[in-house]
Amino acid sequence: MHPVRRQRLLLVLFVVLFSSAAIGLMVYALSGNINLFYPPAEVAAGKAPVGQQIRVGGMVVEGSVQRSDNSLEVRFEVTDYQASVPIVYTGILPDLFDEGQGAVAAGVLNDSGVLQASEVLAKHDENYMPPEVAEALEASQRLQEQQDG
Amino acid sequence: MWSFFHKLGSPPWLYRISGSILRWLLPLTIVALFAGAVWGLLFTPPDFRQGNSYRIIYIHVPAAVVALAGYYVMAIAGAISLIWKMKMADVALRASAPIGAALTFIALVTGAIWGKPTWGTWWVWDARITSMLILLFLYLGIIALYEAYDNKEAAGKACAVLALVGTVNIPIIYKSVDWWYSLHQPASIKFTGESTIDPSMLYPLLFMITAFYALFTCCLLLNMRAELLSRERRTGWIARLVAESR
Repeated sequence: MHPVRRQRLLLVLFVVLFSSAAIGLMVYALSGNINLFYPPAEVAAGKAPVGQQIRVGGMVVEGSVQRSDNSLEVRFEVTDYQASVPIVYTGILPDLFDEGQGAVAAGVLNDSGVLQASEVLAKHDENYMPPEVAEALEASQRLQEQQDG
Repeated sequence: MWSFFHKLGSPPWLYRISGSILRWLLPLTIVALFAGAVWGLLFTPPDFRQGNSYRIIYIHVPAAVVALAGYYVMAIAGAISLIWKMKMADVALRASAPIGAALTFIALVTGAIWGKPTWGTWWVWDARITSMLILLFLYLGIIALYEAYDNKEAAGKACAVLALVGTVNIPIIYKSVDWWYSLHQPASIKFTGESTIDPSMLYPLLFMITAFYALFTCCLLLNMRAELLSRERRTGWIARLVAESR
């Protein structure tokens, strides 16, 4: 390679490496702010601010969803399997919101550790399958549990 | 190898060879896009949770994948332009920017359309979506920067540096869903280990991704040919080309 071109090649590598390092460090420093939501464990550990607008995300605990009889109020809990946070929300939930599925709630944490949500979003996971496959999977899981039990 | 590289730098050769590639690649791409869309929309089962709304994946994922890959094409063209001062590399850089911008825009819009029924919101400032928006601005910025210069050589140099600096965004977009808590789900297609998407849905998706790569190649060559004709309009080979076609 011609020495001039070799020098330009080194310059190009230098530009890419150092700009990547600079931006990488910046992103790393801001990492905490890039997270869309707090996991319940951090809320339980007191890392989430009280009285401020925050988001909490996790799996909706099976059997925790309680709907009010005379209003749109819903109570449920989200968990990351280390801790769980109770959430109160008044409004219409997205279609994919369900027990055992991911959800992200935006709202204000009160002193007793309950999140007063103003918005609830359903989080979709990376699993895509046809309904028949899902049923077969569930049936085999049930069979497995019966055999184990 | 080097002689091929030198030939790439010759406008008449590139114009001729791209013409003969496009003659079969362009019809093939159109057929593949149509076949892939029909396969994905009509001949795949619905998803067990989302029903039919997941089918937007056959546009959303290919557009996003090729938007990221296209950025590397543009950045590598920029590096070649800086190191070897090849005019054709500048042409390739300028030609890939609008295609990448269009694909990024498609990925963002289809994502929003899917997000409303699935998540319950059109837009959320999570890491994946925000970094994808930055990608769109990078592409648009390169187009604007190139057009801001009258001297095309200076324009190519400035754009090449911007394209190279912007490459840092690509791994950030790709890994954003793993590094941070985001609303966007992690990748379903995995290079190592089993993909978490059923094969009956995966194959048409892989087919569409391939078709989108071909589409990118076609658009790139078409754009480059148009740019070549306008840049070299006063040269002998174009006069001969025009005389031949009469």
